[in-house]
Amino acid sequence: MTITLTVWRQAGPAAPGAFETYDVPGVSPDMSFLEMLDVVNERLMHDGKEPIAFEHDCREGICGSCGFMVNGQAHGPERRTAVCQLHMRKYRDGAHITIEPWRAAAFPLIKDLIVDRTPFDRIIESGGYIGVSTGGAPDGNEIPIPKPVADAAMDAAECIACGACVAACPNGAAQLFTSAKMQHLNLLPQGQAERWDRTINMVETMESYFGSCTNHRECEAACPKGISIDFIALMNKDYLKAQLKQRRMIGQTFP
Amino acid sequence: MDLESKMPAGPLPEKWDTHKFDVKLVNPANKRRFDIIMVGTGLAGASAAASLAELGYNVKVITFHDSPRRAHSIAAQGGINAAKNYKNDGDSIWRLFYDTIKGGDYRSREANVYRLAQVSVDIIDQCVAQGVPFAREYGGKLDNRSFGGAQVSRTFYARGQTGQQLLLGAYQALMRQVHTGGVTLYPRTEMLDLVVEDGRAVGIVCRDLNTGEVYSMSGHAVVLATGGYGNAFYLSTNAKASNVTSAWRAAKKGAYFANPCFTQIHPTCIPASDEFQSKLTLMSESLRNDGRVWVPKELDDRRPPDQIPESDRDYFLERMYPAFGNLVPRDVASRAIKRIVDGGRGVGPLKNGVYLDFQDAIARLGRTVIEERYGNLFEIYERITGEDPYVVPMRIYPAIHYTMGGLWVDYNLMSNLPGLFVLGEANFSDHGANRLGASALMQGLADGYFILPYTIGDYLAPMLGTKPVPVTDPVFAEAERGVTEQVHKLLSINGNKTVDEIHRQLGTVLWDNCGMSRSEQSLNKALSEIPAIREEFWKNVRVLGKDETRNQALEKAGRVADFLEFSELMVLDALHRNESCGGHFREEYQTAEGEALRDDEHYAYVAAWEFTGVGIEPKLHKEPLEFEFVHLSTRSYK
Repeated sequence: MTITLTVWRQAGPAAPGAFETYDVPGVSPDMSFLEMLDVVNERLMHDGKEPIAFEHDCREGICGSCGFMVNGQAHGPERRTAVCQLHMRKYRDGAHITIEPWRAAAFPLIKDLIVDRTPFDRIIESGGYIGVSTGGAPDGNEIPIPKPVADAAMDAAECIACGACVAACPNGAAQLFTSAKMQHLNLLPQGQAERWDRTINMVETMESYFGSCTNHRECEAACPKGISIDFIALMNKDYLKAQLKQRRMIGQTFP
Repeated sequence: MDLESKMPAGPLPEKWDTHKFDVKLVNPANKRRFDIIMVGTGLAGASAAASLAELGYNVKVITFHDSPRRAHSIAAQGGINAAKNYKNDGDSIWRLFYDTIKGGDYRSREANVYRLAQVSVDIIDQCVAQGVPFAREYGGKLDNRSFGGAQVSRTFYARGQTGQQLLLGAYQALMRQVHTGGVTLYPRTEMLDLVVEDGRAVGIVCRDLNTGEVYSMSGHAVVLATGGYGNAFYLSTNAKASNVTSAWRAAKKGAYFANPCFTQIHPTCIPASDEFQSKLTLMSESLRNDGRVWVPKELDDRRPPDQIPESDRDYFLERMYPAFGNLVPRDVASRAIKRIVDGGRGVGPLKNGVYLDFQDAIARLGRTVIEERYGNLFEIYERITGEDPYVVPMRIYPAIHYTMGGLWVDYNLMSNLPGLFVLGEANFSDHGANRLGASALMQGLADGYFILPYTIGDYLAPMLGTKPVPVTDPVFAEAERGVTEQVHKLLSINGNKTVDEIHRQLGTVLWDNCGMSRSEQSLNKALSEIPAIREEFWKNVRVLGKDETRNQALEKAGRVADFLEFSELMVLDALHRNESCGGHFREEYQTAEGEALRDDEHYAYVAAWEFTGVGIEPKLHKEPLEFEFVHLSTRSYK
């Protein structure tokens, strides 16, 4: 099949960017979307043009490296699917596909379709862990964890930090990512000791980079792992509680 | 130079304890006086960096990803082994040790493997404490499942994403240390050379992938946790960026490369669909519990599978291995599938696969049970192939997915170059000639959490009071010059072939001649072809763009350049090892039934190769493998 591909090209953070359009004949329906881009890149290089830069690695939908907007949708039209797992058979012959990088102020552009998602690491650094050092852990069966709790924590922990939730959000908010990372730990017995500090620190770090949530639910629809916005509700609940439990806050409220 | 494995003496169960007592220690207050460079942030790298920083060392961590969490450990599906015996089914440290050393076809060190089995139980505890959401039973206890090569249930798992959850646990521990300042993180940074002074590893040269800046880092020790070299074959189940560059450039600086011919093929991967295929996807080996492998009996039977009657089907694994049937080990299944496809009976549009059929299982157990067991995998398959495996049998074919060989290390995980440590898949140490399922995660985390933090002190302690070699030293400037020259050279050739075209060419040569089965003839053929491809690369590769902005083609070119040199060593090693063992199958050395025929008398050693120059025969050093505690037997699956 033949498709027409319009791509955002930008040489670097400071360079001006523009859309460029390429005709792509000879696309096989069995190709993945990224393999189609590989083919485009091979042809561009033979024509003496620089290939389209895009991040990717595992191509199995788990590393979270890839991701861009496909016809205005994060990761493209297939639900619960990262763009590396999207296949060209989803498109008809003659389709016109426009791809552009994640659009979010917190994710500055590096080149073409590559953006800088480092603020996600900053959020984890601020408290997205359980503070146990190596060694001296009790036996793994010492703390029984009910299956539904373990399953719910796992539902949250599946997040691949691709950034689709931020890109899909009209406010460029990172609530879905932050809440998934936080609630994975807050739901587990092991995560209780640092629960309130973790909540405050992660939310405040998030707010220093990203926009606010106004319940559009675009994030949930775009998430390649199908993470539920229920975790955002749990995060908000924990944030409220954490404010009440926080000593300095109590000091201000009840002098 | 003699290879000194530094294996402690004494009874096997006491060796590690004895050794921990004998190694030198660095006082807690002095640890901050040492700088350690960690290259790579997969399971081994992230867990080691976090643990070292917790102890007080200054750790500089580099990764070529945008975030440490993206390393390919994340893609491991099945699980992690540990000798917990939670199932009361007779597991023990000794049994895990024995299964692993036997599964490795007796080409690994007893003491290393025993230690691995010992610390396996601590890994689970550590990961649970970090909040890794392992699968639980209704009573709240940890669940286990079975895996190939073992008769007990000892595999811990987190749905089909065990690698992801373990890596995130290690990544989070690492980010905690970034927060405390114990770790300085350098993302989007690639190591392009090892710097050696007076025979010791003193630092590395890196390149900032966003700006192209080439600069040096120095430290008291350098740790490589940079994964395996499966991507030499172009098509593998590895992530696209996985490479041999750090390990190979260390090898070029004097580190010995051990057993490079030990590569593992996974039998159940989705076959390539067309010439544009960029990588292969693995389907968990658990599918072979209920799926039946078959091909049509006749050549060129073009009928769709549901129209081929039972009498015209060849369930060849069940026919060849009646006792184990579809559940023979990975290497045996892979070779049988290859023989069938090479014989012209492959299925699918490219005739490059065999059927893995669930019809009987669905009829026996019902669709619901199959959905519960494999729903996730069936979904992945459907997404990639567009075929519904509940209706049409899956097509599978073997692919490269793990490499047992790696840089040579002693019992302390230190290479022959003092100051250079190597962890995880990047070293050669624990899996011998074949790795068992769910053991890669175990080894990566064992090395990182529980072995290196003890053993690195033995090297560092005598260096107390010394400063790292300054990066202004000429030895660094020279290494930087080498790296910069290579970058400029790659950009200036401007030939007619893209990096991928050449890489594909190399991959085809390796897969055809040094893949699932090898012969003296095929290996010699590969040896005659690889130098020509390498030559063409350096004359005719086309790398566009600039050095100063992100340039993925340039990054790839550097990695392929290293594969082109390294592959020759892999083939040479395969040619020199005149026996079949584990993943290394030489057609000349097989039993009458077509099974691997080991030669313990002549080849029970680790082959550690010293680099002597590109295209020049490397020098072989042998570390004899002595088995004091296990009896070497032949594996049989009939």
